[in-house]
Amino acid sequence: MLSDILYALAGGGLIGLAAGLFFLVNGRILGISGLASALLGRWPARWLENVLFFLGLLIGTALVARPGIALALGSPVRLAVAGILVGFGVRAANGCTSGHAVCGLARGSKRSLVATGTFIAVAMATVALAKVF
Amino acid sequence: MLIRAAVALLAGLLFGAGLALSGMINPAKVLGFLDIAGHWDPSLAGVMAAAIPVTALLYRLAGKRGSAVAGGPLPGPAKGIVDFRLVGGAAVFGLGWGLAGLCPGPAIADMVLDPRVMIFVVAMAVGMVVAKRLSGSGV
Repeated sequence: MLSDILYALAGGGLIGLAAGLFFLVNGRILGISGLASALLGRWPARWLENVLFFLGLLIGTALVARPGIALALGSPVRLAVAGILVGFGVRAANGCTSGHAVCGLARGSKRSLVATGTFIAVAMATVALAKVF
Repeated sequence: MLIRAAVALLAGLLFGAGLALSGMINPAKVLGFLDIAGHWDPSLAGVMAAAIPVTALLYRLAGKRGSAVAGGPLPGPAKGIVDFRLVGGAAVFGLGWGLAGLCPGPAIADMVLDPRVMIFVVAMAVGMVVAKRLSGSGV
């Protein structure tokens, strides 16, 4: 339990470093949903940075994740439904966990505070209700 | 130009390493964090607790400089107000997050660990495109 918290703090520190450096050096907000959805339409001027970021994301995960870790993913239908909801929701809200709960809160954005409170509360309620039904 | 590319790659590496180290890449762990009425595992709160102050520190450093290190302006504070679109969008996102235990970063990162997550990622891309079309903007 204590080690879980230490890992979470260390991982959070790395995520904060990533978000902070991307802003300090490149002058950009590190929002995963924004960086990803920008690649789904006409590619933006800074497309190379978006692509390199995601390349790094995959490499960083592969390097640090415990080899052979088994992910408890839900059924294909659940994954598809959840994916559509997440994709639609983050675009409507203009940000996800990284953009709102890390970058937005770090700069004291009221919009991000409301968004973060909302998606965490709804996600907690969903988990509770999913066990009942 | 080179420094921008290098920092983008570095930010990705750090972000992926952070997701993997913290346990955010594991949907079961995330669902445990969200399960306040059951076997609540609050440890993932540590991710935000560490990430926010580190980000805020570097943001402040950037604010003192007044411009990005690689040149160019810094993005200003988020425009817009708290409206239905923001709250409704966040609620729909929360519903999906609670169903699968996956938010966009970990979902994309998990593609190197389990190809089944592609179902989620492709569906997420569809949801993003639908939202874009409906809003009629290039957001």
